[in-house]
Amino acid sequence: MISDITIGQYFPGRSVVHKLDPRVKIILTAVFIVMLFTAGTFYGLGVGLLFTFVTFLLSRIPLKLMGKCLKPILPIIIFTAIINVVFITSGDKVYFEWKFLKITDEGVHTAIFMAVRIICLIAGSSLLTYTTSPIALTDAIERLLSPLKKIKVPVHELAMMMTIALRFIPTLIEETDKIISAQKARGADMETGSLIKRAKALVPILVPLFVSSFRRAEDLALAMECRCYHGGDGRTRLKQLHMSIRDLFAAVYVCVFFAGVIALNIIF
Amino acid sequence: MSVIKTENLTYIYGAGTPFEKTAVDNISLEIEPGQMIGVIGHTGSGKSTLIQHFNGLLKPTSGNVYIDGERLWDDKAKLRDIRFKVGLVFQYPEYQLFEETCYKDIAFGPKNMGLSDSETDIRIHEAAQMVGISEEILQKSPFELSGGQKRRVAIAGVMAMKPKVLILDEPASGLDPKGREQILTLLKDYHTNTGSTVMIVSHSMEDVARYADRIIVMNKAKLFCYEETEKVFSKVDELMSMGLSVPQITKVFTALKEKGIDIQKDVYTTPFAVKYFLSLLEGKR
Repeated sequence: MISDITIGQYFPGRSVVHKLDPRVKIILTAVFIVMLFTAGTFYGLGVGLLFTFVTFLLSRIPLKLMGKCLKPILPIIIFTAIINVVFITSGDKVYFEWKFLKITDEGVHTAIFMAVRIICLIAGSSLLTYTTSPIALTDAIERLLSPLKKIKVPVHELAMMMTIALRFIPTLIEETDKIISAQKARGADMETGSLIKRAKALVPILVPLFVSSFRRAEDLALAMECRCYHGGDGRTRLKQLHMSIRDLFAAVYVCVFFAGVIALNIIF
Repeated sequence: MSVIKTENLTYIYGAGTPFEKTAVDNISLEIEPGQMIGVIGHTGSGKSTLIQHFNGLLKPTSGNVYIDGERLWDDKAKLRDIRFKVGLVFQYPEYQLFEETCYKDIAFGPKNMGLSDSETDIRIHEAAQMVGISEEILQKSPFELSGGQKRRVAIAGVMAMKPKVLILDEPASGLDPKGREQILTLLKDYHTNTGSTVMIVSHSMEDVARYADRIIVMNKAKLFCYEETEKVFSKVDELMSMGLSVPQITKVFTALKEKGIDIQKDVYTTPFAVKYFLSLLEGKR
């Protein structure tokens, strides 16, 4: 159940996309999003779609996963499409009219346009988390936000919090599994009964889970202190982020597509 | 009739994914009631997975499990009753305590069984007595207790269900020698007093050798053997090659034997060794 969620999951690999500097990837993802919103015509959007596909292929992430990441947002896509179809009533051709319902070509076009845009948006940005390990991602965020330190934003601390939170997700899932089994062994019944009864059945799981989270937090804090952790000042990194020629190519690659979108916008 | 029986029990983790792993491979066992049984095996040999089948927490990928002659998983609604019959204490059970007082926590199992308040009360006191938890501690919050006390409360929580079979996964791990001794002794007493089947998963050969009547040896998801303690520890070489150990005293005797001294080889507890040597000395005189 929990393992079905793929948004934010990392799939290790050795493709060109995986090897890019995470900072560059974050910036390029932002550029990609701007590109999608700049595209004013179907041609422009087509370029965006092409970009998504090509980049997916380059990353060697199975296309199946693209479908998987889109599944949870399917209701949103359908919902926006319906709203667009029903509420945009201007347009030359009217396909269907019944009482207050009026479906026009413009409505349909906008609906398709928005749907494709959302699909590209989600698929493209999922690629960022698919190809970048959470640690690399938080590292990159820390570096990108480091100018904010000047105005006293605790950037390093925030990034560290994110790293720790991500690190402990699998641990806590495992812990939860264990506690559930242990309480089931004592006859806890979580599958039957009214809603209130089921909510109450969660107490024997949540209390030990909270207690153990606090215990882990305390242990971790102590371990960090023992190794003289004192925040971000003067801290060096084991893995330095380095830009390479590859990153330059990636930037050029995205820029070419972006230029294509702008050009198509001007032509049509 | 055997109390636990498995037929070609196989369990595969993550079947159909790249992470597929056979944790328990084709195990057929019959466990007679009223025994104290040790389960040993290397880390990852499938011990914990195996015991979780005995109370229906895991569903076998293939094969069957019978408890008291009744096949599990035929009727899902009956699984809860099986869990009351086969009590399972997980590793580090103290982390599952959740109530305000130890009394209430021990009551969790019996309450789930639907027992009356008076019956529950009797059982709580019985269980507390068996694990050596005083009346005063019963009224305390479990989070105020020491590690060893917490663990005993957690074990009492399962004992209070009066299971026919009590299974414990590493009940003594992480405790100091005195705590280990206390837990194992109380389990032995529990076994003698109630006559129920007790199964202990352990890494310590010394502990298993001292307390178990019979031993299940797991190796790489397979059942290596299920035999009387002395027979198991006579297979020194095979156990060693599996990365398992034998009690230190057995090692001493095997080494002596190799040196050409004519003594019995299957000695696996220190008290027995002492007795054995004494009898040898007697014979010389």
